[in-house]
Amino acid sequence: MEKDVMIAADEFCNHHNISFAFVSLLSQQGLIEMTTIEEHQFIPANRLQQLEKLVRLHYDLDINLEGIEAITYLLNRIENMQHEMIDLKNRLQFYER
Amino acid sequence: MDFVDYYKILGVDKNAKEEDVKKAYRKLARKHHPDLNPNDKEAHKKFQQINEANEVLSDPEKRKKYDKYGKDWQHGEEYEKAQQSQRRSHAPGGGQSFSGGFGEDDFSDFFASMFGGSEGGGRRGNVKYRGQDYNAELQLHLNDAYTTHQKTITVNGKNIRITIPAGIANGQKIKLGGHGGPGVNGGPGGDLYITFSIADDGKFKRLGNDLYTTHEIDLYTAVLGGDTTIETMSGKVKIKVNAETQNGTKTKLKGKGFPVYKKDGEFGDLYVTYSVEIPTQLSDKQKELFTQLSQL
Repeated sequence: MEKDVMIAADEFCNHHNISFAFVSLLSQQGLIEMTTIEEHQFIPANRLQQLEKLVRLHYDLDINLEGIEAITYLLNRIENMQHEMIDLKNRLQFYER
Repeated sequence: MDFVDYYKILGVDKNAKEEDVKKAYRKLARKHHPDLNPNDKEAHKKFQQINEANEVLSDPEKRKKYDKYGKDWQHGEEYEKAQQSQRRSHAPGGGQSFSGGFGEDDFSDFFASMFGGSEGGGRRGNVKYRGQDYNAELQLHLNDAYTTHQKTITVNGKNIRITIPAGIANGQKIKLGGHGGPGVNGGPGGDLYITFSIADDGKFKRLGNDLYTTHEIDLYTAVLGGDTTIETMSGKVKIKVNAETQNGTKTKLKGKGFPVYKKDGEFGDLYVTYSVEIPTQLSDKQKELFTQLSQL
């Protein structure tokens, strides 16, 4: 259900006072999803948090697009490793008891 | 409440120019920003300190006050009052603070005493910031995690009723959107992340969706075979024990394990390890019969 809710990309850009070109670049690089409906660009509401994070990396930390790409990749790896660690800890706990 | 040395936090000296402060801040922020350090409480804390130090040192007015009253900050209030009317006419926030999903609560008591909380501002003007994400840990018994149930938890004085799906794993995190800290400038609330801590109970050990238990059978059943009743999490089950069952033999009860998370009607398996009980306090007759057996 949540996936069907779309936010107009230009509304997002106005709200955050950022350029649409940047959001468009993120989309071209495959870092965020954008959908075109009747010539207007929309962002799925459930991807907003991820997009806001990328906006912060660029505008607050001055990280360029290439940097954002690398960071996104590494953050995904960290997240996967954290999940794996929880799983392994549970397994270890099983044999320790 | 201790004095906080903002210069030390940013690693700059007292005569540092605005540009140096900005540079030092950016360098440290890139290292400790919560977006770059997911689930790292230490980095989160460090970032708050850096943000606070920058809020003060990058704003000439705040920096002046900090330099003047720093160690005597408790007397800064009088100064503050005297400056209040003048300050009202200033544009908000000369300092550039990073959002990172933080609210005003992320400034220390020391900061609040001197400056009365964050004035917001920031690079993107009057941006509506998401509230802070909260993290909480919820401890459950294995039995609780076996069935879908509702629980009321209290986070920051607010009662929240949540549904915990059967099969939730130890260490698993769920997100409750909008139940975190309130947003800034009318922004949306942050999220609440609940991490579940589920301990095994004395009877069952859990590994993924499978359960493991040890079941004692008497020597005669182990040797001659027979029936035994095993306790599972969904009730008692009678199973057949084969003749000549060895101590430590494992048997699998399909579908008698833990429910699979968010998959109705799917269950893991229950692995039962037999522990053969050797009879004690034998009567003379029993001893005699065992002796006969051993000589056959």
